Amino acid sequence: MEGQSRTKVVLLACGSFNPVTNMHLRMFELARDHLEDTGQYRVVKGIISPVGDGYKKKGLIEACHRLEMARLATENSDWIIVDSWESLQPEWVETNKVVRHHYDELAAEQNDDDVDTVKYSKKRPVSLLSGCPQLMLLCGADVLESFGQPNLWKQEDINEIVSFYGLVCVTRSGSDPHKFIQQSDTLWKYRRNIHIVHEWVTNEISATHVRRALRRSQSVRYLLPDTVVDYIKVHHLYTAESEQKNADVVLAPLQRYTGSN
Amino acid sequence: MEGQSRTKVVLLACGSFNPVTNMHLRMFELARDHLEDTGQYRVVKGIISPVGDGYKKKGLIEACHRLEMARLATENSDWIIVDSWESLQPEWVETNKVVRHHYDELAAEQNDDDVDTVKYSKKRRINKQVYCFEGSSHQKRRGCPQLMLLCGADVLESFGQPNLWKQEDINEIVSFYGLVCVTRSGSDPHKFIQQSDTLWKYRRNIHIVHEWVTNEISATHVRRALRRSQSVRYLLPDTVVDYIKVHHLYTAESEQKNADVVLAPLQRYTGASSS
Repeated sequence: MEGQSRTKVVLLACGSFNPVTNMHLRMFELARDHLEDTGQYRVVKGIISPVGDGYKKKGLIEACHRLEMARLATENSDWIIVDSWESLQPEWVETNKVVRHHYDELAAEQNDDDVDTVKYSKKRPVSLLSGCPQLMLLCGADVLESFGQPNLWKQEDINEIVSFYGLVCVTRSGSDPHKFIQQSDTLWKYRRNIHIVHEWVTNEISATHVRRALRRSQSVRYLLPDTVVDYIKVHHLYTAESEQKNADVVLAPLQRYTGSN
Repeated sequence: MEGQSRTKVVLLACGSFNPVTNMHLRMFELARDHLEDTGQYRVVKGIISPVGDGYKKKGLIEACHRLEMARLATENSDWIIVDSWESLQPEWVETNKVVRHHYDELAAEQNDDDVDTVKYSKKRRINKQVYCFEGSSHQKRRGCPQLMLLCGADVLESFGQPNLWKQEDINEIVSFYGLVCVTRSGSDPHKFIQQSDTLWKYRRNIHIVHEWVTNEISATHVRRALRRSQSVRYLLPDTVVDYIKVHHLYTAESEQKNADVVLAPLQRYTGASSS
């Protein structure tokens, strides 16, 4: 059957999910449709990995809540799950390390004897032949463009993600990822590993907007799954106070890469 | 308490709902927040009134399905309901007549002896138009909720389309009832109102609500995605997604419905003969 010649893919989305919205969920659906439409892939799983509190982003509420909301949002999905590993780490974890962790997990499920979980060896691409799914990082255009922001990413980490794993970038009108790729030698070199998915429905339900609406006691119904709306209400999340969390703290990657005291 | 001095409002949304989407539902939530935020209103009910099959819009599937999907979409809402009156009429019904019908129903619930359900007389309309200029104080005293038509900017701008609306119907809606128009970036309803003498005259009855989240989940896009077997999950409530799947709705074939037929209002107002 045609399906057997397709490469199995797992999509991993890292981010704040502060809170998870219908737009995040759409991103998975769009990415899956796009990859499968090429005829080359079969998407078998989606993973939401909320960032840990150590990221120190302004307005970032506790990981336990963000995890639970993501779980509620995906409870009726038959392929998207939530993983807590990243959020349970004591310090902020670079994205490529999160990807690596999940890759190791997938490889372990597939072939126990092939995986070297202690060291990351260059020989691993060969394991794809053993049926291990290909892990791709799923993100929005804003993340792709953040590659260019000083001290937010290490160049070698970006290289690892686009050269070894792959990127699925869901974008919308007004954003020009193709141009951004064109202007970066690294991204251009690995352009075949970067899949751009166009979201034609302008559906920019930003979590920032959702938090603002909540502070103003405005409705966020139909922007998030009902269960998440209810959870936020019951736990009184997202207030003017919560938005000030980390206001006077430096974002973890900037702290780490600029070596500021 | 502050609440008792507020005018009670019922929001009525007419449209194809082909199918209902999260954007339609958001429209109600935004309108309610906006009106209540002024301190003058208390929104007590929202009504979704899908258009009848007689509208003859291209790609419009059977009303029974559109009604059921709207019901599924609102089953967990504590204030939005679906009404089938319009869709059950044998011919297409002008929007102002639908509004009038719901106004009569609300008045009947409120004051049984005041409503003339057999004839809708001009006398009543004239009386109420006079009261309307006084800020609907007549309605407030009776306790009857004020009925407002809820729509998107595209509907407001359609007022200018030839033969789609009768001028007197537009007048009735904006002068007597009121309009709540939910708009988004790229649309300029204020300018449109400015350029129309009628709309300008009744601008106090037209409430413009800005949707800052660009959330243009158009039903047209949803139907296209379905034709292409693409996912529409999270653009519509899950129950509606499932319903569409189970009933195999929205195919290339269904999109061709009415392709060679004239839209009902154009047919009616241009007096085109059946040629």
